Amino acid sequence: MTRNRAKRPVHLHWGFMGIVAAGGVLGALTRYGLGTVIPAPGAWPLPTLIINLSGALALGALLEGLSRRGPDVGSRRVLRLALGTGFLGAYTTYSTLAVDAVHLLAADAAPAAAGYLTASLLGGAAATTAGIWLGAWHHRLTAGARS
Amino acid sequence: MTVLLLGVAGGVGAAARFLVDGLIRARLKTALPWGTILINVSGSLVLGFLAGLMMRGAASGSLYLVLGTGFLGGYTTFSTASLETIRLIQSGRTGLALINGVGSMAACVLAAAAGVGLSFLLP
Repeated sequence: MTRNRAKRPVHLHWGFMGIVAAGGVLGALTRYGLGTVIPAPGAWPLPTLIINLSGALALGALLEGLSRRGPDVGSRRVLRLALGTGFLGAYTTYSTLAVDAVHLLAADAAPAAAGYLTASLLGGAAATTAGIWLGAWHHRLTAGARS
Repeated sequence: MTVLLLGVAGGVGAAARFLVDGLIRARLKTALPWGTILINVSGSLVLGFLAGLMMRGAASGSLYLVLGTGFLGGYTTFSTASLETIRLIQSGRTGLALINGVGSMAACVLAAAAGVGLSFLLP
């Protein structure tokens, strides 16, 4: 029984699923809250862009920082699932991005749609890279302070 | 009340993504992250459908908030998609990174447009 449970893949554990769901509740509420506060100038979906880029930066930093601290077990795995898969996964969104772009295209604002998609794609890549760099930098800093 | 349900739906969406990604990952051991791609494309299709229903006045604003902003927002993800593209670049698979970044973005926008179109086919 115990052996069987230990061999079960991580995505089939109720406990891990609960951790992801808990992070997801907070991530979705934070996205909704920011969406009501950040203005959307001329119906341009600025809230989703800011949310997605900040989430990409944070996920890069989180996963790089965690992987540099050791293997994905114990509290590192719980942090990855709660903050990464749960919170940041639900905080950022792809479906709203896609529907936002369709809304812009339907409103004959093709240049705005192209600009929004390009900013999301290239901005997301840049934010993730910056996050990974920040995670590595923070690890070097704290590792240096310990030794 | 709607906001509370939106949060719960977001948690369910995140757990569903975790499960679907894990199941696909266990079956398709490819360099291209099919789990995230299929999750984002399917979520965009359904949100497009919901948005179309909203345009027709056939769905309420709170249904859109709970199912769309909550569940589908939590189910689909941008941060992981972006990270997986960078990981492909880091491992020297630039072509696959381009397919994952540009290809899945195009697929999601097309899926969302198809979803809107489908909603208008309903009587």
